Amino acid sequence: MSASESHDTAYDSLTEDHGADGQWAFGTGIEDVAAEITSPVPDGVDPADLAQYCLMLGDDALICSHRLSEWTTNAPELEEEVALANIALDLLGQARLLLARAGHVEQAGRDEDALAYLRPELEFRNVAMAEIGDELDFARAVARLLLFSTWRLALLQRLLTSRDPVIAAVAGKGVKEVAYHRDYAARWALRLGDGTAESHRRMQAALDGVWPYVEELFRTSEVEVALTAAGVAVDPAQIRAEVDSVLDEVFAAATLTRPQRPGIGTIAGRGGRQGLHTEKLGHVLAVMQGLARQHPGATW
Amino acid sequence: MSAVPARRSWPLYEVFVRGKRGLNHVHVGSLHAADEEMALHNARDVYTRRNEGVSIWVVKADHIRASSPAEKDPFFAPAGDKVYRHPTFYVIPEDVPHL
Repeated sequence: MSASESHDTAYDSLTEDHGADGQWAFGTGIEDVAAEITSPVPDGVDPADLAQYCLMLGDDALICSHRLSEWTTNAPELEEEVALANIALDLLGQARLLLARAGHVEQAGRDEDALAYLRPELEFRNVAMAEIGDELDFARAVARLLLFSTWRLALLQRLLTSRDPVIAAVAGKGVKEVAYHRDYAARWALRLGDGTAESHRRMQAALDGVWPYVEELFRTSEVEVALTAAGVAVDPAQIRAEVDSVLDEVFAAATLTRPQRPGIGTIAGRGGRQGLHTEKLGHVLAVMQGLARQHPGATW
Repeated sequence: MSAVPARRSWPLYEVFVRGKRGLNHVHVGSLHAADEEMALHNARDVYTRRNEGVSIWVVKADHIRASSPAEKDPFFAPAGDKVYRHPTFYVIPEDVPHL
């Protein structure tokens, strides 16, 4: 009987061994992600490509996490503040593993902190959807999180079988987390979209506002092409139908209209995946990296 | 009552969590939510962040009828000196935990 099954019967849970966390009234039950950051690069995979791909997945999570953390002390209700902070922390956890993996694979002596706090903007590989921010408009946070998490969940579900053990482990942990993020956003989209006339108007406006950034989510980069062939990555273009059908279901229930706005284009074929970002990322990095750059090596 | 109308807020819910090692649900605190479904999710976010729970109950605080502190003596004091009401005269089987 596994540890999780044993909790179905109250008596069993009383008698099972709780290991070293006996000092906690409820136990911690913390499970470490079984990811060996230093695992060898899978055969036939270019380490530079793998490092780039880990940065893509990691930067999406890191920058989105930072944007969500801006809600702390600013959310409309205390409960929503904690919920958004929880989501931000989930994504930060995914980012840490992925950046650590990228740092190990690229062999340039950079750890997860160096990659997060000391990397210049042009080296970030996140999509614009992660960096655009919510401007403290709660409906916009809901819209952005709905689109981001629906897309990321579809990606992670396919990465469960990635040949890179760290990516597969992050996917294993992330699928459960991001499924909750999507659920959270969908419930709020439903509540606001199908709420009052004013909440509907604001939810639709928020959705319209972030829609131009959807197109980029399904644009396949050269690194993704190579790594999909190698069984490490997933081609984002292939998850579009699934993401669309999930979104349409939410839109229908929430009485929202799928926006018809054109996507933000690339510049000479370059976008977030190639290091070309909106002006918003500079602001994110100024706040996120400021402390680490002013006090190199500071710990607390 | 103040002249300024209070900001309309969501109703209060009381939250009960059954931990991995708990037999019963234990009151852990309260929160605000617009309805039961939101209360349940908010409870998950606010009270089970450190992996405390395997089951959550929420109940509207309005629905709890509490005993009054003023009635404490008539309510509880009479049971204080009646040791014969405790099942202290039985042999307890060893393989039943937490009886």
